[in-house]
Amino acid sequence: MSHLLIRSLDRSAMVFLVIIAAVGIVVPLLNLLVPPTSFFHVPTYLVALFGKYVCYALLALSIDLIWGYCGILSLGHGAFFALGGYAMGMYLMRQIGGRGVYGNPLLPDFMVFLNYQSLPWYWHGFDMFWFAALMVLLVPGLLAFGFGWLAFRSRVTGVYLSIITQAMTYALLLAFFRNDFGFGGNNGLTDFKDILGFNVQAQGTRAALFVLSCIALVIGFLICRAIVTSKLGKVLLAIRDAESRTRFLGYRVESYKLFVFTLSACMAGVAGALYVPQVGIINPSEFAPANSIEAVIWVAVGGRGTLTGAVLGAVLVNYAKTVFTSGVLAPYWLFMLGALFVLVTLLMPRGIIGTLQQWWEPWRAQRAEARSAPATPAAQAPAE
Amino acid sequence: MTPRTTNALLYLDGVYVAFDGFRAINNLSLAIEPGEMRAIIGPNGAGKTTMMDIITGKTRPDEGEVYFDGNVDLTRLDETEIAELGIGRKFQKPTVFESQSVEDNLTLALNVDHSVRGTLFWRKTPGEVERIERVLETIRLKEARHRLAGGLSHGQKQWLEIGMLLAQDPKLLLVDEPVAGMTDAETHQTAELLKEINKEKSVIVVEHDMTFVRELGVKVTCLHEGSVLAEGTIDQVSANERVIEVYLGR
Amino acid sequence: MAQFANDSFSDTEAAISAVAASGNARALPIVQALQDGRLVADPATKKVYIKENDGKVSDAVTGQAVAPSFANLGNVRLNNRLRRSVEAAIGGLTLLSADPARRLQAAQSVFRSRDAAALATIEGALEKETDASVRRAFTQARAAILLAAPDAPEASRIEAIAAIRDRGDQDALALLTGVAADPSPRVAQTAQAAISSVQSRLAMWSAAQNAWYGISLGSVLLLAAIGLAITFGVMGVINMAHGEMVMLGAYTTFVVQEVIRSSYPGLFDYSLLIALPLAFLVAGLIGVAIERGIIRFLYGRPLETLLATWGISLILQQAVRTAFGPTNREVGNPSWMSGAFELGQITITYNRLWIVVFTLAVFALLLLMLRYTSLGLEMRAVTQNRRMAASMGIATSRVDALTFGLGSGIAGIAGVALSQIDNVSPNLGQSYIIDSFMVVVFGGVGNLWGTLVGAFTLGIANKFLEPVAGAVLGKIAILVLIILFIQKRPRGLFALKGRAVEA
Repeated sequence: MSHLLIRSLDRSAMVFLVIIAAVGIVVPLLNLLVPPTSFFHVPTYLVALFGKYVCYALLALSIDLIWGYCGILSLGHGAFFALGGYAMGMYLMRQIGGRGVYGNPLLPDFMVFLNYQSLPWYWHGFDMFWFAALMVLLVPGLLAFGFGWLAFRSRVTGVYLSIITQAMTYALLLAFFRNDFGFGGNNGLTDFKDILGFNVQAQGTRAALFVLSCIALVIGFLICRAIVTSKLGKVLLAIRDAESRTRFLGYRVESYKLFVFTLSACMAGVAGALYVPQVGIINPSEFAPANSIEAVIWVAVGGRGTLTGAVLGAVLVNYAKTVFTSGVLAPYWLFMLGALFVLVTLLMPRGIIGTLQQWWEPWRAQRAEARSAPATPAAQAPAE
Repeated sequence: MTPRTTNALLYLDGVYVAFDGFRAINNLSLAIEPGEMRAIIGPNGAGKTTMMDIITGKTRPDEGEVYFDGNVDLTRLDETEIAELGIGRKFQKPTVFESQSVEDNLTLALNVDHSVRGTLFWRKTPGEVERIERVLETIRLKEARHRLAGGLSHGQKQWLEIGMLLAQDPKLLLVDEPVAGMTDAETHQTAELLKEINKEKSVIVVEHDMTFVRELGVKVTCLHEGSVLAEGTIDQVSANERVIEVYLGR
Repeated sequence: MAQFANDSFSDTEAAISAVAASGNARALPIVQALQDGRLVADPATKKVYIKENDGKVSDAVTGQAVAPSFANLGNVRLNNRLRRSVEAAIGGLTLLSADPARRLQAAQSVFRSRDAAALATIEGALEKETDASVRRAFTQARAAILLAAPDAPEASRIEAIAAIRDRGDQDALALLTGVAADPSPRVAQTAQAAISSVQSRLAMWSAAQNAWYGISLGSVLLLAAIGLAITFGVMGVINMAHGEMVMLGAYTTFVVQEVIRSSYPGLFDYSLLIALPLAFLVAGLIGVAIERGIIRFLYGRPLETLLATWGISLILQQAVRTAFGPTNREVGNPSWMSGAFELGQITITYNRLWIVVFTLAVFALLLLMLRYTSLGLEMRAVTQNRRMAASMGIATSRVDALTFGLGSGIAGIAGVALSQIDNVSPNLGQSYIIDSFMVVVFGGVGNLWGTLVGAFTLGIANKFLEPVAGAVLGKIAILVLIILFIQKRPRGLFALKGRAVEA
């Protein structure tokens, strides 16, 4: 087990971890300890905003794992994100208890409003945090497993797979919009009060959620790193580049795809679960196909096949979105987003990090050659 | 069906395959003995590649029997299972993992645990390091071990793919046009390499290059319109009237 | 007549019966005026007058014009019960009209009122009637009266049930249900048999109606998907901006109609015919521009193409939103596309019918084009084996550009058609794109017949599921079924087979 971790931590991975750790520590400290009058104070709304970016980064990471490394372009990953979010939202709704507008101790407000007589069976258990947390992983994971089991076994690949993942999230979108589906219909779940006994609006809770999101991102990153630096990672690349060749070498391609797809869905679910308490609402629009595609472009911008790129892309694009959609440029944001899709695929298919790596490559190769020249071939793998 | 027992390593009998009404394989029967090397020749569209597809599980025959190692029914298995049984395949167009290094290509081909968990926790053993070294030596790519496979020349890719077959260590190798696009010297070296491999394993070679086939000096089967037209030594086959007519030309 | 002026409902009713029974030629205008609220009475003089629509007032009895100077005139008021009697009276009075259309109308109104007083008139009229459809209406009206009258002889009521059963619609069902529990066991039994016969007929009609809706939806899907199927089949490219091409076609129609409205109002009925070639050109040229400018650089990378075209779709949507505003724009139906007609018991609107016809025409044209033109031949060649086609000297890049232009152009004319039945807004394309994908995925690529079958199958399945499961659940069910179907046939219903399909 330990060799997995050691192998995965090369220099750039360490740099990335240090940056995330620094952000994860400094931002909450500047928010909680520095007085609001100070120049260095980070207002609470920014903490929530950054927290949102970190969740998006985790979603981007999960997409990069399957798209960048295994060549599966999912246009439905927003569905897993949203399902994780709904699982958390259900917990938060149950925590409201009798404090809702209608004061019903058991039923959330929207159920009282829609004349529900009792709690639907699938809402049971969500009053317990551990159960909800389990569902955050299990619901997206099982959906991905079932969907992937059917799709990969029948060798649905390429754009066909992309389109049916899109159909999947679209079907869920339609379903969650329905009032009788039992998830608050159009309005979704909102008006949360507290999480694990802490007020979700409180400054301290916000900071803690931010730290938790950073921790989740680090864990997600380490898991992905461990996978892509192992032989499993090489098999994934092999599947991406020449699927049928990989089969003829005796690898059960569908098992590999199923594994990363399910894992990736679980990661997306966690991202959604952390996202919901920070933004305070989850509604069916999270299932919109456009959201899923937008998440794919974060990865493309940062550089697919590079984990740091996915994170960077998610933060950059969403920062740009925040800046542009709030100002006078708002009507032009969609032009810019559209142009981003076109330009990145056309001019920078490797994304930011990938392009930088390409530039560094000759320089790195030189150094590597200088280093390895006197050494024996066996010294190539220091971890062994 | 009772398990059939035959001495042959690979046994095809009465195989038919049709694509949209077109008979690609038409009553094909063929037997490869253990340790044998067989050359398959024939004009384009004779069904050579389709035959390989059938053996490796890519295409299912509409009719007929395909047995490996005496009693393993290949028509019921998929590509992965057949590869795990010990049938390796080199494609007509060299297919290597271009974005990975030569060494990683060979590592992927090693016939070790192919499960998800196995690859996740896999560590190279000294034995495997040595095997990769040996293969690198055999295919003369030792110097290029860290280069990306996509950057290799055409001939080198062909050799790397043969090297992957070696790392896979199968009982039977299916080699589709190994010398296409090679220089005469490379062709000769490839013939030597295949003969070397044949000391331990059975080989089926599909090739158009008659000089190369002659150099291999093995039993030749000529396919035409999906079935066997002639079988025998290279001299017998190339003297056959029908073979001359449909394939070799006068 | 004076009873009309008493402002009492029961007196008014008595007056209606009296007038209806009088057989006087003035009876019909009076009752009609009463129905329209034009009958006025002077409570003091007990005289009754008819107000004409043009403001003239005439004496109800004599029909002579009088000066409109009666300050205390009051309308003769009606309640629902009276309205029925008025209708029945009119029915009875017009039964003997010389105009067959009016007789038919009268028979139908008697059928609804089941006024026993009209029975004698009907029977008399029935004997003299020569027009077949009016005869049938009389028979049914008579049967309705007999059924509503429990004291009528059993034999004639059973006969009546048969007549009503032959009518076979919702009204017939309602009538028959009324006598299903009749004290006479024979009547009740016959009625029940008739009910089940009517019900099965109604079920058949409703299935036919669903099938029509399904065909209509299927033709819309086919229209939207067919261009997508061509580009996907020939180039292996998923054009996410395809829906926006449809939208552009719809907006082209809007612009054409605006120009016509402001400059050449007489041409409005031809607006769609003018818009068709323009929409084809607009969408087609933009399609060619997209292919030449972007897609050709992404050849062999279908997933990237998908993302890039998604970006284009965002840009086009936003561009239209900026130019035309985010709200729905009004696109009118020309006169020949408005209205509806009845076929048996199903209602067919002309715009839907024209779209079905138009779709089939486009489909046939496309098939002919693929079969008989050189571009069609080249397109088929590239679809089946791109490399081979290229080595045979086909300029694949030209074929790609033209294919993309053709696919987009067809999307454009689809937009013209869809502007007639859907809201023209910047989101128009988005609402069709996923459905179009489903059609293409379901039908398989490389074969237009697959798209045809796929579109109509999905359309009809959707409309048959809707009454059972509701619109949204039906749609979800369809999506789930397609996702499952794809497992069985990963390349769709009509997939290409053989070596050419690889990679």
